[in-house]
Amino acid sequence: MSAQSSTSDFAHPGESAGLVDVFRRRFLLSLLVRKEVQVRYRGSVLGWLWSYVKPTAQFIVFFFALGVFLRLNDQMDFYPIYLFSGLIVVNVFNEAFANGTKSIVDNGALIKKIFLPREMFPVASTIVAFVNFLPQLLVTVVVCLIVGWAPEPLQLLGLLMGMIIIVLLATGLGMLFGAINVSFRDSQNVVELIALIVTWASPVLYPWTTVRDNVPDWLLQVYLTNPVTVAVELFHSGLWFPTTDGSFPLPPDLMLRAALALGISIVVLLLGQLVFRRLEGRFAQDL
Amino acid sequence: MPRISDPEARIVVRDVSKRFVLRHTHSFKETFVALIKRKKLSTSFDALHDIGITIGEGESVALLGFNGSGKSTLLKLISGVLRPDSGEVLTRGRVAGLIEVGAGFHPDLSGRENVYLNAAILGMTRKEVNERFDEIVEFSEIGEFIDTEVKHYSSGMFVRLAFAVAIHTTVDIMLVDEILSVGDEPFQKKCLDKIRELQQQGKTMVVVSHDLDTVADLCQRGILLRQGHVVFDGDSHEAVAMLRR
Repeated sequence: MSAQSSTSDFAHPGESAGLVDVFRRRFLLSLLVRKEVQVRYRGSVLGWLWSYVKPTAQFIVFFFALGVFLRLNDQMDFYPIYLFSGLIVVNVFNEAFANGTKSIVDNGALIKKIFLPREMFPVASTIVAFVNFLPQLLVTVVVCLIVGWAPEPLQLLGLLMGMIIIVLLATGLGMLFGAINVSFRDSQNVVELIALIVTWASPVLYPWTTVRDNVPDWLLQVYLTNPVTVAVELFHSGLWFPTTDGSFPLPPDLMLRAALALGISIVVLLLGQLVFRRLEGRFAQDL
Repeated sequence: MPRISDPEARIVVRDVSKRFVLRHTHSFKETFVALIKRKKLSTSFDALHDIGITIGEGESVALLGFNGSGKSTLLKLISGVLRPDSGEVLTRGRVAGLIEVGAGFHPDLSGRENVYLNAAILGMTRKEVNERFDEIVEFSEIGEFIDTEVKHYSSGMFVRLAFAVAIHTTVDIMLVDEILSVGDEPFQKKCLDKIRELQQQGKTMVVVSHDLDTVADLCQRGILLRQGHVVFDGDSHEAVAMLRR
């Protein structure tokens, strides 16, 4: 007993409470985020404007290809708003996911020498992506206001839920793939592949009704369970839908699906944390 | 047998072993070829065998041994960067390493930004860094260049700033790896003075260095490692003499 009481203030070095510790060390987290933000476009003339050039170019290409040539502009009200409000969701997800996956290897020099909660790096990647996303959201909101945006409280709540789903999901997947990436760099390539698919596997460029009209019901249900799809639809419901006359249908039971998607995201986050903890003991020697 | 009941203990290393597995193949193709040629897919290497050490409060210990004897591995186990395969490592209080200073430095950030970032990495709070900032800059002798990007620093300036940050961290246990070779002679002397000052404040220190005479003078106790075994634990000068023999 006496031996136990005297060991009580001893700690095992290298043990951390994972994500909990990341938020306990907010000061470090904020500095890491600031570093990423400052360093990313160092030495380029346009600097952070690049993160707006990219979505703008993407938007223009899709607008002409799909809106004009494939006539989606005629099918729905304010297709550009529909397009952009979905695009920013998928972009923030892809960016957070891809950078989270690379974050452990990229910070290898530090991880090999100094102990700190390593979940810090995927979390910082998500925050950086989110910081980048907020002005894009603001632009969308401004455009919506110009064309007469009148959202209901529930739609705004949906918008918030969409963001939470994306943040949890991207962080969880970033930890999962980031941890695997230490030993298997294939992970990075898998993530690029996923990013490619995600954009098309959610109703970003086309309306969800085209899926409904072309696939059997069970497949539609699978399609609508994808948390990214749900987040995209929540954004449509919060931004684009209140600018239209409301005749275009949103997926049924959206709020229920949102709750489910939130649940899935939390499970993915916990799974990511679990796998991360299993593998992190080997990070310092495998990097 | 280390005494855990010792209330003065800061670091307890109990029956610790560490083995590294080196994989020789990194892709399906390589694995396939190696299997066909019946080559070994991996080799394992025992870095530490059943190490048992207790280091008390205010003690300074030199870890001695040739390259590959396991000194750095032991230091990394104490800092938490590596985990033991068997046995356990226990520490009491805040641990920080002066391990390869500058690991967290980013060349594109200014000296000031790097000071904050690295102090935070080493576990300091915002308040602590704010309080110590001037002291750190003064110690580093960087002066007006503190707002210049670190990539424009000379290697000496870089190392001085990194060392200044690390040594101003509030810790109970300080791990020092090969930093006594930092900077020019006056700066080295200043570093040693600072380390002695911390020793007098009752900090616990574990030092690894190839500068045997300096390290023997700095620490009272020396632990000699040879191929992952503790072969001597006692007076530091005796340990150095044994190493040289």
